[in-house]
Amino acid sequence: MAGSAKGGRFRGYGIVRRILSTLVSMVLTFLGLTIVTFFIGRVIPIDPVLAIVGPKASNETYDRVRLEIGLDLPLPVQYWRYLSKVLHGDFGTSVITSQPVLQDMLHVFPATLELAVLALIIGVVFGVPLGVIAATHRGRWQDHLVRLLSLFGYSMPVFWLGLIGLLLFYAKLGWVEGPGRLDIAFDDIVPTVSGMITVDALIAGEHDVFVNAMQHLVLPASILGYLSLAYVARMTRSFMLGQLRQEYVLAAMAKGLSGFRVIWIHALGNVWVQLITVIALTFGSLLEGAVLTETVFSWPGLGLYMKNSLFNADLNAVLGGTVLVGVVYILLNLISDLLYPLFDPRARGRS
Amino acid sequence: MSGVTLRGWLLDAAPASRRQARFGRWYRTWLSFQNNSLAVAGLLIVLALVLSAIGAPLIADPQAAILQHLAQRLQPGSAAHWFGTDELGRDIFARIVFGSRITLTIVALVSAIVVPVGLGIGLPAGYFGGVVDAVLMRLTDIFLAFPRLVLALAFAAALGPGIENAVIAIALTAWPPYARLARAETLTRRNAEFVQAAVLQGASPISILFRQIVPLCLPSVVIRLTLDMAGIIITAAGLGFLGLGAQPPAPEWGAMVASGRQVLLDQWWVATIPGIAIFITSVGFNLLGDGLRDVADARSS
Amino acid sequence: MSGAPLLCVRNLRVTYPSAQGDTHAVRDVSFTLGRERLGIVGESGSGKSTTGRAIMGLVPPPGRVTADELRLGELDLCRLSERGFRQLRGRRVAMVLQDPKYALNPVMSIGRQISETHRAHVGGGKPAARRAALEMLEAVRIRDPERVFTLFPHEVSGGMGQRAMIAMMLIANPEVLIADEPTSALDATIQTQVLAILDELVRGRGMGLILISHNLHLVSAFCDRVLVMYAGRVVETCEAGKLREAKHPYTRGLLDALPELGRRRELLPQLQRDPAWADGA
Repeated sequence: MAGSAKGGRFRGYGIVRRILSTLVSMVLTFLGLTIVTFFIGRVIPIDPVLAIVGPKASNETYDRVRLEIGLDLPLPVQYWRYLSKVLHGDFGTSVITSQPVLQDMLHVFPATLELAVLALIIGVVFGVPLGVIAATHRGRWQDHLVRLLSLFGYSMPVFWLGLIGLLLFYAKLGWVEGPGRLDIAFDDIVPTVSGMITVDALIAGEHDVFVNAMQHLVLPASILGYLSLAYVARMTRSFMLGQLRQEYVLAAMAKGLSGFRVIWIHALGNVWVQLITVIALTFGSLLEGAVLTETVFSWPGLGLYMKNSLFNADLNAVLGGTVLVGVVYILLNLISDLLYPLFDPRARGRS
Repeated sequence: MSGVTLRGWLLDAAPASRRQARFGRWYRTWLSFQNNSLAVAGLLIVLALVLSAIGAPLIADPQAAILQHLAQRLQPGSAAHWFGTDELGRDIFARIVFGSRITLTIVALVSAIVVPVGLGIGLPAGYFGGVVDAVLMRLTDIFLAFPRLVLALAFAAALGPGIENAVIAIALTAWPPYARLARAETLTRRNAEFVQAAVLQGASPISILFRQIVPLCLPSVVIRLTLDMAGIIITAAGLGFLGLGAQPPAPEWGAMVASGRQVLLDQWWVATIPGIAIFITSVGFNLLGDGLRDVADARSS
Repeated sequence: MSGAPLLCVRNLRVTYPSAQGDTHAVRDVSFTLGRERLGIVGESGSGKSTTGRAIMGLVPPPGRVTADELRLGELDLCRLSERGFRQLRGRRVAMVLQDPKYALNPVMSIGRQISETHRAHVGGGKPAARRAALEMLEAVRIRDPERVFTLFPHEVSGGMGQRAMIAMMLIANPEVLIADEPTSALDATIQTQVLAILDELVRGRGMGLILISHNLHLVSAFCDRVLVMYAGRVVETCEAGKLREAKHPYTRGLLDALPELGRRRELLPQLQRDPAWADGA
C-alpha cells in the first residue's frame, strides 16, 4: 500500500516517507477493522449483551456485562471504550472456556501458524519454480500443465479437497496420520515452548514425536499449500513473462550468460520484487483457509476455535479471532513493506 | 438471409448503421472468443449451470431432492439414483440440480450488491479526484485488507446463519476491487475528448458518469466479476460447509459436503459429488473469465 | 580496412512465420566487417537491429535465420549451436543496447553486472573479476570506479549507465561490437562523450564496430563505411565520406530530409518510397 512512495519528488526521503505512509495506513486499517467488529458485536445484534454472554449466562453475568459495555452511552463513546480495551488485549471472556479470549487465542494460534507456515513454504518452494518454468516454456506442454494445475488449485474448495485427501491418503492408503495434531500416545511428551509441536519436538529432541507430528501435519499443510501454490505459480508466471520482455534480459544474453543464469538470477531477481506482496497476501489467505482446513482435520487452531465459538454463540471469541486475523493481515503488509528494500535496491532510498 | 451474407453483413468493414456496427463488433468478439476452446468449455459449463437452475423441475424430481426416504438411504449410484442417495435417502442428483439455484442466487445477489457499491465508490473517486479520491480510496484500502472468510464468519455469527447473511458477508469484502477498477477506468477517461464535449454541452457530472463512463467500465467489470464468481462460489460453499450458509433441508452444495462427512469412509459419494459440482462450476467461471479477459486484452492491444 | 575480414555476412535472411504468411524482417543482407567502423542506418523497422541480433544468435523464436554465409573469423555461425553462441556472445561479439535505464538489471549492482561477464568468459574467480571490472570502469573514464562498482543502475546518470554498459560488454575483449542506437537515449552533450569513449576503445583494441542508428549525421561522421537499409534490404553501401554522392533514391531522400545550416527551405521534401526497392531492384 505504500507503493506510492516509490520514485517521484521525494526520492531522497524515500525510506522515511515509506515508513510513514505504511504506519498511517496500518493505523487506519486497524481503526477500520475495529469499527467493523464493533458494529458486528454491539450494533447488529438485537441484544448485544445476550450475544456476548450467551443464552446460558446467569442474571448477574448479564447485568455485569451490560454495565461493562456501557450500552446506555452514545455509540462513539462505546466504540472508544471498545477500542481501548482491544488495545489492551482485552477481548472479553469466552463463554465456552470461561477464560479471557486473548489467552485462548494465544493457546490455539501456534497450531494455525504451524499449519500456515508449512503450507506457505510448500506453496513458494513449488509455486515459484513452476511459474518460472511455465513462463519460459510459454505455449508448450509445460506451460499448459502448470496453468491447469493452478486453475484446479484455485477452483477447488479446500474443505472438499481436505476430505478427499483424508479419504485417499489416510483411510485408503494409510500414508499419513489422520485428524488431530498428534496420536494420543504422544500427547504431553514435549514441553510447550513455541506451541508448534514440530518445533517443540525438535527442541526437546524427541524424534518420534516430531515424526508423528509431521505425519499429522503433512496432509493439511499440503492441501493448503496446493492452494497457495496455485496462486503463487500463476502470479510468478505472469510476472516472469513481463520480465523476460525487458531489455536487460537481452543484454544478459548478449553477455554470453547461460539461459539458466539469465532466467533464475537476472529475471527471477526482479520477479521477487513483485512476488513479496503476493506471498504476504497468500499467507493471509492461508490463515483464512485454515478455518476450513482445521474443521476438516480437527486441527485445534484458531479456525477451529472460531468455528466452535460460533456455534456456541460465543461472540467475544469470534470477534477476538476476527481482530487477531485482521491484525496479522496488517502486520503482513508491514512485513512485506519492510522486506521490499531487501529485494529492490530502488526502495532503499539511498540518494 | 443465408449464413454467408449474414456473416458478410456482420463483418462489413464499412457498416451502414450503428446497429450493424454494434452487431459486427459483437460478432468479431465472438469469433476471437470461440477460438479459445477452454473459454468455450467454460461458457458451456456456466450455461449448463444456468439452464439447470432454470429448468430444475424438468430435469429432476423436486420431491426427491427434499423428501426423506430412510429406507433408501446411502445407496450408491444406480439407474434410479444416478449419484446415489444421501444419509436421509434423498436423491443426490436432484439435490445437485436444485442446489444450482442456490449457487446462482448467491452469485447473482453478490454481483447485484458489489457492482453498484464498487462503481458508486470508484466513479466519484476517479472523476472528482482530490480529497474525495483520497477518502474513498483509503476506505477501499481498509476493506481490501480484511480477511474475507473470517469477516463473513463474524457476520454470520452476529446475524445468524442463512443465505442472505452469507451474501451480505461476502459482498462486504468483495466490493473493493471493483471500486479500484472503476476508479482506474474513470481516471483514464476523465479527460477524453468525448467527456470534454459532454461537459461543454452542460452535462452534469452524474449524467457524464452514467452515460459516458459507466458503459465503458462495464466490460472490465464484467470480466472481473466472472473471474470473481469462482471465489464467491467457493467462499459461499465454505460458509455452507461450516453451517453458516443456506440452512437444511436446502440442497446447498457446501452443506451437502458437510453432511457427507460423517459417512465419508463408507459412502464416499455423498461428500464427493457435491464437491465435484462446486469444483466444475468454479472451473467454468474461471475459464470463461480468462477467455473474456484474453479477448479484451487482444482488442485493446 | 586491414587484414582478413572479422565478419562475413552473405545473403542473411530473417523470417518470422505467422498466420498471415511470413514476414521478412531481413532479406539477403550481405556485407563484410574488418577492423573498422561500419554504420547501418535506416528507419525503425528496416531490419537493422534484427541484423545485429541475427549475428549474435539472439533472434527470438519463432524467428528463423538463414544465410548463404555467416562467419566470424573461422567460425561458421550458421551451424553454431546455442551453446556455441553462448561462448561467443560477450567473448567474441558483444552488443551495446540503446537505453541503460532498461538494459541494465535494476536489482543487481553495476559492479556485479560487469564482473559477471568476466567470470562467464575469462574465469579466475571473484577477485580477478572485480579487478578487471574496476580497470574496465576506468577505461570508460569513470573517475571513481570503486564507488560506481557498488552502485545500482537507478543511482547513476544515463551517460554513466551507458559507459557501464560498454564496460560490461567489452570486459571480455570481443572482436566485434554491435552498438544498437548506443546514444539515442542520451543528452546531446553526453552523446559525444560516449561516442568518443566507444571510438577510443574500439580503435585501441583493434575491434570491428557495427554502429546501428537512425541518425545519418552521426553515422556519417563517426563511421568509415555506411550501409543504408530499407525494408530489410541493404539499398546502398558507400564510404562514409562519400555519402553525399550516394545514388540510391532512398538514400538521397534521407539526405535531402536532413536540415542544413545556411540552407533555408520552405518545404521539407517528403520521403519517396518505391515498393520495388524492397524487392531488390
